[in-house]
Amino acid sequence: MVGLATSFGSGAMTNSIGELEGADVLLVTGSNTTETHPQIGRNILNAVDHGAKLLVIDPRKTDLARQADIHLALRPGTDIALINAMMRVILDEDLADQLFISMRTEDFIELRDYLFRLDLDELARITGVSLRDIHEAACIYARSCKSVICYCLGITQHTCGTDNVQAIANLAMLTGNVEKEHGGVDPLRGQNNVQGACDMAALPAVLPGYQDLTDTDVRKRFEQVWGADVPPVPGKSLTEMTHSGPDGDIRAMFIMGENPVISDPHLNRVEATLKQLDFLAVSDIFLTETARLADVVFPAASFAEKGGTITNSERRVQLCHRAIPPIGNCRPDSEIIMELGRRLGCPGMDFDSDAEIMEEICLLTPIYGGMYYDRLAENWGLQWPCWNRDHPGTVFLHKYYFARGKGRFTVVAHQEPSEQPEEKYPFTLVTGRGSYHHYHTATMTRNSRRLVRECPEALLEISRKDCKDLELHSGEMVEVSSRRGTVLVRLEVTDRVKPGTVFTSFHFWEVPVNKLTVDALDPRSKCPEFKVCSVNVRKAAHA
Amino acid sequence: MRDVMTICNYCGCGCGVYLKVEQGRIVGSTPSGNHPISRGNLCSKGWHLHEFIHSKNRLTKPLLRRNDTLCPVSWDEALEVTAQSLRKARDRHGADAVGVLSSAKCTNEENYLLQKLTRAGLGTNNIDHCARL
Repeated sequence: MVGLATSFGSGAMTNSIGELEGADVLLVTGSNTTETHPQIGRNILNAVDHGAKLLVIDPRKTDLARQADIHLALRPGTDIALINAMMRVILDEDLADQLFISMRTEDFIELRDYLFRLDLDELARITGVSLRDIHEAACIYARSCKSVICYCLGITQHTCGTDNVQAIANLAMLTGNVEKEHGGVDPLRGQNNVQGACDMAALPAVLPGYQDLTDTDVRKRFEQVWGADVPPVPGKSLTEMTHSGPDGDIRAMFIMGENPVISDPHLNRVEATLKQLDFLAVSDIFLTETARLADVVFPAASFAEKGGTITNSERRVQLCHRAIPPIGNCRPDSEIIMELGRRLGCPGMDFDSDAEIMEEICLLTPIYGGMYYDRLAENWGLQWPCWNRDHPGTVFLHKYYFARGKGRFTVVAHQEPSEQPEEKYPFTLVTGRGSYHHYHTATMTRNSRRLVRECPEALLEISRKDCKDLELHSGEMVEVSSRRGTVLVRLEVTDRVKPGTVFTSFHFWEVPVNKLTVDALDPRSKCPEFKVCSVNVRKAAHA
Repeated sequence: MRDVMTICNYCGCGCGVYLKVEQGRIVGSTPSGNHPISRGNLCSKGWHLHEFIHSKNRLTKPLLRRNDTLCPVSWDEALEVTAQSLRKARDRHGADAVGVLSSAKCTNEENYLLQKLTRAGLGTNNIDHCARL
């Protein structure tokens, strides 16, 4: 998000999901779309049925990659080298959109000079992809004027995640595929309301609507409505909080509906941090691994037991409706927060309804300026920016001008991942969401009988060659270890991964794969490098 | 049986789903035919969206740690202990010693309230959620 915000001025999907069907070329990178965003995946496949070209950049041969016209199976962590190579080809072939570049962007000359200094053969060698494939993919992408790039956590969960995103933004601007219907850059958001949680500033450095926290005028507007001071210094990010360690600055935490003990990198450290807190309160619908460490646990109402709005990946703010009253003695999180707020003496914590809370959001958040409940109820919600009551919402972003004025090119160079394979840890482990049937830490899906039936346990994907070399067999338990820890997992031989690479998911608490991952962060987005770490695989001692 | 329109709780697609309610229980999920994203389709997670709601593993009572075990207590006690402990940490170690994690699974209104509570009530900007995970 930081990367796209720097290049374009806004970090959200520029198109709507339905527009994907009308694209002529779809470049999907770092996203296993058909499993993690099935309905977006369906749009992509529909486009392919209508004759669109599909390019997939992914170290794994995912189902989507099998449908691709060209699958660029790069070495994990070499996205920048690949995209720089594509851009160099586009310049060499004279396929850049010069009119768009001169009218709508800035800082192109630096990037052009940089690209002309690169050696294409060297870049191809770094990525492990043939130059012929890179050349063909670049030409297909650049020749169409309806090209869409979809990316997801395979791009951002690297120490160079922000640079990866900026490389993608460069590629889109170079060919003028940004400001229009059926063409753009679309980060797919994982959770149902991750877009909304960002919009509402559950983030340490911004106020709702991405307004600058350090700006006195912005703060003053909030202070007037809230009747309380807003601290002017940005706070700590999630990983800074959960990795502060036994002597960290954080002494007490309140965690609402998250499970950092499974989802965060380098778990041993997360657990140590949470255990030594003076106080931990958790609000959740299940007794998660995190809730087990808490001093107080609040039973929260599930989505079916409350109203409110959520914002999907295409910036669409939609109304949810309460189907049943909260079960047992549960309460919606909004009630829990307001009750805590009143007891802590926080002003403005007595709203009568979600609609009333939204009115305050509309008042303080320009991009949500017209999101009143009566309007949201009239159709299928509204897409932000929606500046006022009469504004129809925005289907695609950056029409006529970028949110930041001109789009900015940024020179980004390849850098190796924070950890390299070595003799003791010869394999590169990629982690991710591994199943069509499970979701994140699987708190909900594993309480769903039929989803468990379809996918009961985690599997470590390994290539046939590596499996044979290690004298292992598909289906047996193996020990996977990194410098930080060891986990036991069942082996699955597959052609989805290339030799030298193994893959598993983080859905299952029995296989806490984040005990292995590195806690290296992208310095700007604070996003952990989940996608690359070095591991060893061997037969389990007591299998 | 009654149909209640809502939005799927899993991924960022945001499909329109009808929850089927019978005698206070949710017994099924079906896609909305006209919704711009789902257009009559759902994935396997969406079709089974209702299954976890009545799971026997759901938390139903507030819990408080006593002698290293989590014991059921009243809402009033759980809320009071939390408010006091957060206030104590703030008074003793400063506002930035308190950290809050919000949720990409909760609504906009809940996220808005929690960041407001963190900033205006606790006096810190230490709030984040799992956007990057």
